[in-house]
Amino acid sequence: MRLSRNVSMATGLRYKGKGPMLTFVLHRIGGLGIASFVGIHMMSSYFGGAIGQAANVIYQNWAFQLVIFFCALFHAINGLRITIMDLWPRSLEHQQEAIWIEWAVFIPLYGTAAYIILINGLAG
Amino acid sequence: MSDRKLDFKQRGLNFEMLMWIFTRFSALGMYLLILVGIIGAMVMGARTHMNMADVLRWGFMPNISHVSNTELVDIAPWETIFWQLIGSALLLLAVSHGVHGLVSIVDDYITTPGGRKIVRLISIVMVAFFSLVGLGILWNYKPF
Repeated sequence: MRLSRNVSMATGLRYKGKGPMLTFVLHRIGGLGIASFVGIHMMSSYFGGAIGQAANVIYQNWAFQLVIFFCALFHAINGLRITIMDLWPRSLEHQQEAIWIEWAVFIPLYGTAAYIILINGLAG
Repeated sequence: MSDRKLDFKQRGLNFEMLMWIFTRFSALGMYLLILVGIIGAMVMGARTHMNMADVLRWGFMPNISHVSNTELVDIAPWETIFWQLIGSALLLLAVSHGVHGLVSIVDDYITTPGGRKIVRLISIVMVAFFSLVGLGILWNYKPF
């Protein structure tokens, strides 16, 4: 049952899935980001040592915090939409509207947090 | 569009389907546990001794090391067995949810049956390893 794909990478990148496709990709990137951050964080706090200290320096960097907060918040909000829509399948007809609501929740929350992270980070 | 005419036995109740529903319910469970953590932090004095980032960090994992450098006066209520149990539940849900997510991503790129079997074996090892490491941190027991 090997999957045969007749689509090249370039064609795949040109796929115009629009809003739902964008949330799918960001959900994936967010999940990978959380998994790698939590995995490294757990290892460094368990084993400690010089490598653990080096990892902690990375987490305290404002650029890293901007990225990881984007991953966590988007994954949480998009995951809530997916959970609600999958448990009440009739709402799937309104997926487009649900994604608009999702961005309306995400942008103010992330914008506020990003502003605070940036202000604190650039102040030193 | 959601009229289900299939008999329950014909709906394909298999491991993949169970993991699909587990992903949804574990997400709901994690929202609940994070909410418990944030409300608990408010009750235990976070309103006057912690900032928003510290409260969220405590919410995402109620471990004592996440509040040890705040202005809290008394951290005794923050390191009770209740919070260790909440943290353990959150950890086990997060590890299984996350590793299953990694498997479903990798499945899009590794498509041979043999390769997928190897991915599943690695995923079982990862679940066991990260669960033990996390529980070791939460319960302060480090055998290695």
